[in-house]
Amino acid sequence: MIEKAFKGSTGYWVWMLFLLSIMGMGGLFYVQQFNYGLGITGMSRDVTWGIYISQFTFLVGVAAGGLMLVLPYYIHDYKAFGRIVILGEFMAIAAIAMCLMFIIADLGQPMRALNVMLYPTPNSMLFWDMIVLNGYLFLNILCGWVVLQSEYKGIKYPKWIKPFIYLSIPWAISIHTVTAFLYCGLPGRHFWLTAILAPRFLASAFAAGPALLMVIAMILKKTTKFDVGREAQDKLVTIIGYAAMLNFFFLGCEFFVAYYSQIPGHMHTLDYLFWGLGHGDQVYNNLVPFMRASVIMGLAGIALIFVSRAKQSDGLLVVSCLLIFISFWIDKGLGLVLGGFVPSPLEYVTEYVPSVQELGITAAIWATGFFILSILYKVAISVKLEKEA
Amino acid sequence: MDSKRRDFLKIAGLTAIAGIAAPSAFNTLLKGEAIAAGGHGAAAPTGKRYGMVIDVKKFTENPGLAEQCISACHTIHNVPDFGNRKDEIKWLWIESYEHAFTTASQYKRPDALKDMPILTLCNHCDNPPCVRACPTKATFKKKDGIVGMDYHRCIGCRFCMAACPYGARSFNWRDPRGKDANGQPFIKSENPKYPARMRGVVEKCNFCTERLAIGQIPACVEVAAQTKAIVFGDINDPESEISQVLKTSFTIQRNPAIGTYPSLFYII
Repeated sequence: MIEKAFKGSTGYWVWMLFLLSIMGMGGLFYVQQFNYGLGITGMSRDVTWGIYISQFTFLVGVAAGGLMLVLPYYIHDYKAFGRIVILGEFMAIAAIAMCLMFIIADLGQPMRALNVMLYPTPNSMLFWDMIVLNGYLFLNILCGWVVLQSEYKGIKYPKWIKPFIYLSIPWAISIHTVTAFLYCGLPGRHFWLTAILAPRFLASAFAAGPALLMVIAMILKKTTKFDVGREAQDKLVTIIGYAAMLNFFFLGCEFFVAYYSQIPGHMHTLDYLFWGLGHGDQVYNNLVPFMRASVIMGLAGIALIFVSRAKQSDGLLVVSCLLIFISFWIDKGLGLVLGGFVPSPLEYVTEYVPSVQELGITAAIWATGFFILSILYKVAISVKLEKEA
Repeated sequence: MDSKRRDFLKIAGLTAIAGIAAPSAFNTLLKGEAIAAGGHGAAAPTGKRYGMVIDVKKFTENPGLAEQCISACHTIHNVPDFGNRKDEIKWLWIESYEHAFTTASQYKRPDALKDMPILTLCNHCDNPPCVRACPTKATFKKKDGIVGMDYHRCIGCRFCMAACPYGARSFNWRDPRGKDANGQPFIKSENPKYPARMRGVVEKCNFCTERLAIGQIPACVEVAAQTKAIVFGDINDPESEISQVLKTSFTIQRNPAIGTYPSLFYII
């Protein structure tokens, strides 16, 4: 089946070479980081996690988003998702691969990464995150590949795979719950210390993951003969729209608790993210434009996605999905992790700006993710189109 | 018996005990008995537990003393000086009241408080969030209450730094054994009795565990000995000097509401 990835149009090869060039550039930056240390990034004693860990957090959500396709198709036998479900599973593989790369990129001593397994520590949420992420990667490779291979051979998938598919459903919830637990179990970090963090992560995941999938599906519709179908498209609009609304509801709950209780610690980070935080004689606000844009784009995306369905407009659908995806990328891929460090537990304000090397490595990991995704999708779509021809 | 087999048996045994103990622990929780250990009360007074009382008044009376303590600590432990805040590594440092005691009232405080040098270091919590967070047991609580670090096991994930509510932890963002642009080493004079770290690992105050092991007192305590500005000892031993100080003086702790049970006390 994998041979399908080696045959493609010029466009396919140009795209892959483009990704490879970004990966190569990032690889060089990583060599630099490996030799110098993490001081090459914008991180500091006060802001100890930067764009690597925030990307990781966001991408766990993209991976978990695949659940929104697997669940209706396999549990509720929702046939319209027959063509798109494999895209969800394969996207989860690429997203988890990126997550693992972002974690490795963030380690001060990457050569010691296996210590997490050599000295298992069940009281650490990072230990559990390692287990659930790798488990989810394994489950998606297994389920996706076996089901696709059966289709390739023209048979129904074997019965033994069903338990693994069912297992992958709660597992998808677990990856984002445990990732939220990394943050929300830390005393002294007010912004993260909220029981609603895991639900908020899940809501944004169930919107952002399928939104990205929808954009890719629309690109595939344009560039190949592969069409996920109108019914699947319309159903996904409902899923993305409601999940995105839930996310904003949860965000609203955070605002209420902070500003109605008037507890300074609860307000500080929200102040920093949305209005700017005054400290000494300076106002710190480098994330304010991003966070405001995130809210506006997200709300606009929700409105437009339903309009796109009413008008049956693919163009509008792509725009609204992009708006929602970028909105949630800012919210989780920037604000959530970086905001948690401002102010520090000693109430100092240190702003973080990623370095060129850091951005290069980040771009390269995203490119690697899309590289994996392109190979997997190439295989899946070739098989699907071949069988249908 | 090799160590792997022993570890396995330990885990197997602990699992079995956990299985037996869990229902009773659950009952205890339900009955509310466990709540007594929470809140603002003291942690269980069993076993040895090293603690420290820092008398801030004495540091105000003896200008420069705090700096001497820091210098002794950082020299002995090969703490590098990078000369910038971003890469900064510190085990012991001076903080203002406002930043050290963020949860205490800052309202209508006397002016004198503003300039008081508050020595700040790892609190060696009885219930340390950093130990809970560490995925490799590279940071751990010892039987004497000291929260230690294994620099050779640390993978540099910095989860402990996010977890520490006292900002006590530093990360080696670059090679501490290196030199600056002018060829000056970051560690001014290396002490061969204590290992210098490598880049990519976390470090912090270790209560001079290596000195305690050979019968010495912590370096900062030694420097401040004449003034008795720092009293160090076993807070679970009712006869110890520190216990007497704690019994007779009003002390405060940093952010006691979050249930970490610091081993550090301050006389303001």
